[in-house]
Amino acid sequence: MATLTMAKAINDGLRAAMERDPKVLIMGEDVGKLGGVFRVTDGLQKDFGEQRVLDTPLAESGIIGTAVGLAIRGFRPVCEIQFDGFVFPGYDQIVSQLAKLHFRSQGKVPMPVVVRIPFGGGIGAVEHHSESPEALFAHVAGLKVVACSNADDAYWMIQQAIASNDPVIFFEPKRRYWEKAEVDVTATPPPLFTSRLARPGSALTLVGYGPVLKTCLEAATAAAADGTEIEVIDLRTLSPLDLDPVFDSVRRTGRLVVVAEAPSEVSVAAEVAARVQEQCFHSLEAPVLRVTGFDTPYPPSKCEEDFLPDLDRVLDAVDRSLAW
Amino acid sequence: MSVPQSWTPVTSGDSAAVPSHDQVVAGLKATDEGGADLVQLLTPEGERVTDPRFDRYAADIDLDTLKSLYRDMVLVRRFDREGNALQRQGQLGIWVPLLGQEAAQVGSGRALAPQDMAFPSYREHGVAWTRGVDPTDLLGIFRGTDHGSWDPLEKRFHLYTIVIGNQCLNATGYAMGQKFESKVGDGPDAEATICYFGDGATSQGDVHEGFVWAAVYDAPVVFYCQNNQWAISEPTERQTRVPLYKRAQGYGFPGIRVDGNDVLACLAVTRWALEECRTGNGPVLVEAFTYRMDAHTTSDDPTRYRLADELELWKLKDPIERVRVNLVREHGVGQEFFDGIQADSDELAARFRQFCVDMPPPAPDRMFSKVYAEPSPTVEAQREAFLAYHASFSEEPLAGSSIDAGSDV
Repeated sequence: MATLTMAKAINDGLRAAMERDPKVLIMGEDVGKLGGVFRVTDGLQKDFGEQRVLDTPLAESGIIGTAVGLAIRGFRPVCEIQFDGFVFPGYDQIVSQLAKLHFRSQGKVPMPVVVRIPFGGGIGAVEHHSESPEALFAHVAGLKVVACSNADDAYWMIQQAIASNDPVIFFEPKRRYWEKAEVDVTATPPPLFTSRLARPGSALTLVGYGPVLKTCLEAATAAAADGTEIEVIDLRTLSPLDLDPVFDSVRRTGRLVVVAEAPSEVSVAAEVAARVQEQCFHSLEAPVLRVTGFDTPYPPSKCEEDFLPDLDRVLDAVDRSLAW
Repeated sequence: MSVPQSWTPVTSGDSAAVPSHDQVVAGLKATDEGGADLVQLLTPEGERVTDPRFDRYAADIDLDTLKSLYRDMVLVRRFDREGNALQRQGQLGIWVPLLGQEAAQVGSGRALAPQDMAFPSYREHGVAWTRGVDPTDLLGIFRGTDHGSWDPLEKRFHLYTIVIGNQCLNATGYAMGQKFESKVGDGPDAEATICYFGDGATSQGDVHEGFVWAAVYDAPVVFYCQNNQWAISEPTERQTRVPLYKRAQGYGFPGIRVDGNDVLACLAVTRWALEECRTGNGPVLVEAFTYRMDAHTTSDDPTRYRLADELELWKLKDPIERVRVNLVREHGVGQEFFDGIQADSDELAARFRQFCVDMPPPAPDRMFSKVYAEPSPTVEAQREAFLAYHASFSEEPLAGSSIDAGSDV
C-alpha cells in the first residue's frame, strides 16, 4: 500500500505497462525530457529511451495519425494531448481513422491506442485549458471513453486501457492530479468498463465522474450530517456506460441527481438521465436532475467557481429532488 | 505606446535587382507541362530514352518484364472500364476511375518489395493489382456491401482511405514503426512504406504534418503524389504556387518529378526512392505527373469545368499506347501477343462483372459486427433489439450473408 498523488499513480501505471509490454510507446508534446507539463510521464524517457517515449512535433493530428500507423504496425501507443482544448486538430484522425479502422477492416486491424487527455477546470487557466469535451468522444462509435476520479482507480485504469484492444480516450481530472490516495498495487482491480459504488446510501442517488466525484462525496458527507444518506456512484466509464448499478440504486432510492462539469445539453449526464427514465420510470419519485457546467464557452477563470458544479449547487439539487 | 506607421519600401536605382511579385510567381507557378526536371525513360512516341540517374534502376527490365508491365496496365484499365459500366448499369453505387494513371500506379506498385507496405488513397486500383489484391475485392466498397474486404496486413496494402490526406500520417507512423523495429538498413529484410495521395491532398494539414514527422524521425516512407492535374473541379494551381515536388526541399528531403504516364520511369524512380528509404535516407517525395482522363468519380461531370481539348492533348501521352508502340517498334512484338492480352483482359472483365452481380447483400445486422475488438454492451443490446424487432414481423430469418453470424460481437 502506497500513498500517491493521482499524477504519480498514472506515472506508475504507465511504467508498469511499459515494463510488461515492449510495444507500449508514449508519445506527445513535452512528454520526454520535461516529463509532461503535469509531470505525469516524469522519468519515463530517462528509463525507457527516446524510442519509447517520444517528444513529438507540435501537431495533434500528427500525434494521433502516426499512432494509428504505429498501431497498424503492432505497437500500442499511449498519446498525451497536453490540454483538453488542444485535442481538436487531432479529432479528424480520432473520428475518421482511430474509431473506424477495426470496423472498416472487419476486425483485421485492431486499434489498441490510448489517448490521455487532462480535462476539466478549476486551475485558474487561460482559454482552452479547462474544457470537458467527453461527450464529443462518447458520441463516436468505435471509441471507448473513461474518466478516472482518484489515484487508486487511475493506477489501474491506465494499465487496463493500455491492455484494451480498442481505442480508449482516457480523461484525467487535472485539478485532482495532486490529491493523494492509498494505492494497493497488489489488489485485483474491477474491470475497466464498469461503474463503481463510491458510497452507499438510501435517500437519493448521486452520479458523477472525473473531477466532480470528490464534490459528490463531500455533498454526501454534508447531507449525512443532516441525516440524509446519499448513495454516490462513480461512472468511470462514459462509453460504454455501465448503468446497471445506477438502475439498481435508483430503484431503491427513487431519486437521481447527475453531476458533471461539461455543459448539460446532449451530454453524458443527459444520456444517463434518458436511460434511467427508460429503465426506472415507475421507481422515480422525482424528475432526474442535472448539475453541470453551463451551455457557454468555458468562462475566464475569475468566473470559473460559478461555472463549476460546487458543493452548494449539488446540495441545492439534492434538496429540490427530496422536496419533489 | 508607439503609434503604428505605414512603411514604404526603399526603392533602389536598379529596378532589376529585386524581382517583381509577378516575376517571382511566374518562376514558381505550377504548370501542366512536365518541365525540364521531368524524369522520362519512354517518350509518348514509344522511344526508349536514357537518363543517367535512373537508367540503372531499369537496367534489368527485359522484354518479358516490359510485356508484363504492359499486361498489368491493360488488365487494370480493362477492369476499371468495367467498373464504370457497372455503375452506369446500377450494379455499383459509384466507381472511382483511374483511367490515365495506369503507369503511375503499376510502375510504382511493381517497384515494391513483398515486405514493403503501401497506404492507398481510394483510386489505387492499379496498385492493389500489383499487391495481389483481387479486383473483385474492391467491389464491396463501391457496391456498398463493405468498406474493403482484403486483409491489409497480409497483402501489405492498407484499406482505402477516403478522408483526403489522412493516410499520410498513418503511413508515416507505420514507417516509424519499421524504423523502431530496426528494419531500415542494408539487410535483405529492410523495409519501406509508400503513401499514395493526389495533388488536392497536398493542401491538407495531414500531408504537411506527415512530411514534418517523416523528416524529423527519418521515417522510411515514399510520399507518392499522383498529380493528375484535377482535384474534382479544381486545377493544381488552386492548390499550389510551386511545382509540388519542389515542396520537399522545404522539409529537408528530396523531391522528384517523374513522367507519371511512363511506366518505366515510374518503376525506376520509385525503386530508387524505396531504396533510399530502406537504407535510411528517407523520406522521399515523388510527384508522378499524370492526368485524370476520366471524371473524378462516376458522379462527376468534368465537362462543367475543363475543356475537351485538354483531354485530347493528354491522349497523345497515353501510358499504355507508348509501351505498345515500343514493344512493336523496338522489340518486334507481334499481334499474337496483343491479342492474348486482350483475351485475358476480357476474361478478367467478365469475371469482375459476374462476381459483382452475384454479390449477396450483407445481413442487416452486420452493421453491429466488429465495431469493437472487445464487445460493447451498448452495441450488443441494440443488435438484440434490432433482431427482435425484425423477428416480430416474420417467421423468416433475415436475408443476406453474414461474415460471422451468431458467433461474433
